[in-house]
Amino acid sequence: MADQARVSAEQRAVLADSTTRTVDLHKRTRIGESIIQTTLFICGFVSIFTTIGIVYVLFQESFSFFADPAVTLVEFFTNTVWQPQISQFGVLPLVNATLVTSLIAMFVAVPLGLGTAIYLSEYASDRARAILKPVVELLAGIPTVVYGFFALTFVTPILRGIFGRDVVSVYNMLSAGLVVGVLITPVIATLSEDALSAVPRSLRQASFGLGATKWETAIKIVVPAALSGILAGSIVAMSRAVGETMVVAMAAGASPNFTWNVFEPAETMTGHIARISGGDLSYGSIDYRSIFAIGLVLFFITLALNIASRQVIRRFREVYE
Amino acid sequence: MRVDPGTGPERSTGQLPQGTAVQANVASRQRRGKVWQTLMLISTIIGIVVLIMLGFNIVNDAFGGIAVQEVVEVETLTGGPQLDELGQAELIAILEANLRSRVLRNLEKEQPLTERSEEDLRELILAEIVKPEVVDIYPLSEFLFNRAAIKAELAERFPRAELQFKSWLNWNFIVSPMSSDPLQAGIRTAILGTLWLLFLTMLIAFPLGVGAAIYLEEYKGDKPFDERNPVGRAVNQFIQRAAGLIETNIYNLSGVPSIIYGILGLAIFVRALEAITSGSIFAGGDTTANGRTIISAALTMALLILPVVIISSQEAIRAVPGSLRQASYGLGATKWQTVWNVVLPNALPGILTGTILAISRAIGETAPLIVIGASTFIVTDPENIFSKFTVLPIQIYNWTARPQEAFRAIAAAAIIVLLIILVTLNAAAITLRNYLRAKRVS
Repeated sequence: MADQARVSAEQRAVLADSTTRTVDLHKRTRIGESIIQTTLFICGFVSIFTTIGIVYVLFQESFSFFADPAVTLVEFFTNTVWQPQISQFGVLPLVNATLVTSLIAMFVAVPLGLGTAIYLSEYASDRARAILKPVVELLAGIPTVVYGFFALTFVTPILRGIFGRDVVSVYNMLSAGLVVGVLITPVIATLSEDALSAVPRSLRQASFGLGATKWETAIKIVVPAALSGILAGSIVAMSRAVGETMVVAMAAGASPNFTWNVFEPAETMTGHIARISGGDLSYGSIDYRSIFAIGLVLFFITLALNIASRQVIRRFREVYE
Repeated sequence: MRVDPGTGPERSTGQLPQGTAVQANVASRQRRGKVWQTLMLISTIIGIVVLIMLGFNIVNDAFGGIAVQEVVEVETLTGGPQLDELGQAELIAILEANLRSRVLRNLEKEQPLTERSEEDLRELILAEIVKPEVVDIYPLSEFLFNRAAIKAELAERFPRAELQFKSWLNWNFIVSPMSSDPLQAGIRTAILGTLWLLFLTMLIAFPLGVGAAIYLEEYKGDKPFDERNPVGRAVNQFIQRAAGLIETNIYNLSGVPSIIYGILGLAIFVRALEAITSGSIFAGGDTTANGRTIISAALTMALLILPVVIISSQEAIRAVPGSLRQASYGLGATKWQTVWNVVLPNALPGILTGTILAISRAIGETAPLIVIGASTFIVTDPENIFSKFTVLPIQIYNWTARPQEAFRAIAAAAIIVLLIILVTLNAAAITLRNYLRAKRVS
């Protein structure tokens, strides 16, 4: 009996304990799941490492470039001569050539891309779209080195035929700029078309109802409503043009040249990096370091353009519900 | 949003146009619309025209005519018949009659003439005596439509030259190694290099990209470690902050020019990690490559396409309906079991398509590879990931830059091969997607 009483007392104690014990409602960590999640996170973190790597590498080598007694920061941004052989390091001719080719490209790509986008979104029948859209995408899928070949062996001879062989050099900025324009047209076309298609049908119908023609609707209603997307797309395209390497390296020439004459050869930032690093560079030489300084300028220009395109979307976007 | 009420002269009076004025107004506006519509159509068509010109340009250079001149013509050698019609004895007789005795002795030393096959002897005669030489080359359009003029010009400059059709894209071109003679040069090493790069880049970028996409879509916001433990809480907090950064960062990375990735690869993979990427710490690697190896290129390319792989994988994962996940959780599956067994199989078609398209972009990239120092001239096949390498775009770039027309012709032929590889990859992506989709539906 005494034994029984003891047992029941124990049971009672257990029972009493279970009623007062706080139940743990926290999520229980599974160690396996935690490991998997951390691994996946590290995969994602690689992209941050990439950015840190780019910024670190560019800055570090640029610092040693500017630490060289032959180079000063002021000279770098004001001198209009880039000739490492005689210690002239002015980035302006390279920036200038990049600017000229990119602007030519934009002159080609904005009308063509926007025209294509308006046609595809406002006018084209479903069948026409089914044919034309893949063509636009095909243009975007062709490797840039092929465009470079095209610029040098097809466009340049035509330009020389039109303007005269003594006016147009074998390597010239116009040919490179025109072909870069073709290359970035699909960027503007697809991004603008997305923006135009996102404009609600009701806006168009309201415009038709007021008696506007198709063209008036497109240009006065749809395009203004999609303007932020079109602008952002154009800025992205500009950044692509600035960063484009192969076409300008192959067709625009291989000598830094501060000129606005589009028929003359001039080397862009990207073209210069490609040419200098193409040879066997010795690490630590001033040439080796200079590509990082130019890379840094290029990086900031494209970054600024990309940020600008995001700001345009954020600031000017018209939201319809 | 404003619409001009009218463009006619009636606007000034504040009255709407009436009667025939309306018809005239509408008609003129319709006409203007038609004109603009045509302009829009033209700008679309210009794209197609450029594409056609591009194709014409490449085909025109990759095929065409060559003018071949022989030092001694075959007919003069044999006295009439072609080489194929002669037997072994006659071929040897020709060789003995036309070659200097010293050259003959050397040939005999290599392998006695009488022991050589007829095929060998014929090649010997062509190489040593006939010596056909390409004196001029013509693009396809001139060869086809301007043949009379070419022949007249040839007759004047090289009276003995013969005009032949030449396809620069041929089997020999594909399987031959590099050469400094455009007629002998092939793209074997470049094709192999491109394939090595393709698989290696895929191997690196695919798991990283899909892993990151899974994290961003499925796990973002979760806390992997125990919140009650201060270390765990700190790590959780760090992960939360970083996860927010990753997405903005990926967007910004996708806008960085490819040549910048080349600079990154040059400084990190080629130079800083030289001991690893040249294979010198793993004994037996090709240590002469000094870090400018396939593995460096693949790592650089993987970083380059990573943002695209992540973004397209994210879209594919997002498209998997939430109800599937809920059903899996309802059956008691853990998060990872749900992701692995439910989400990934459903998202796979989209992920694979996106990855293959990204990789096909990497295959056409040239700039980063120039910067990290792909070789422009190697004759040996790449053997392992620590080999020096070249790829098709690098060869195209290198050959286009040379002044001789023959190099331009083989550059065009290499472009055709590159485009064929790209089309194959894209077709594979589409087929794979359709196959996987069909499998999941059934």
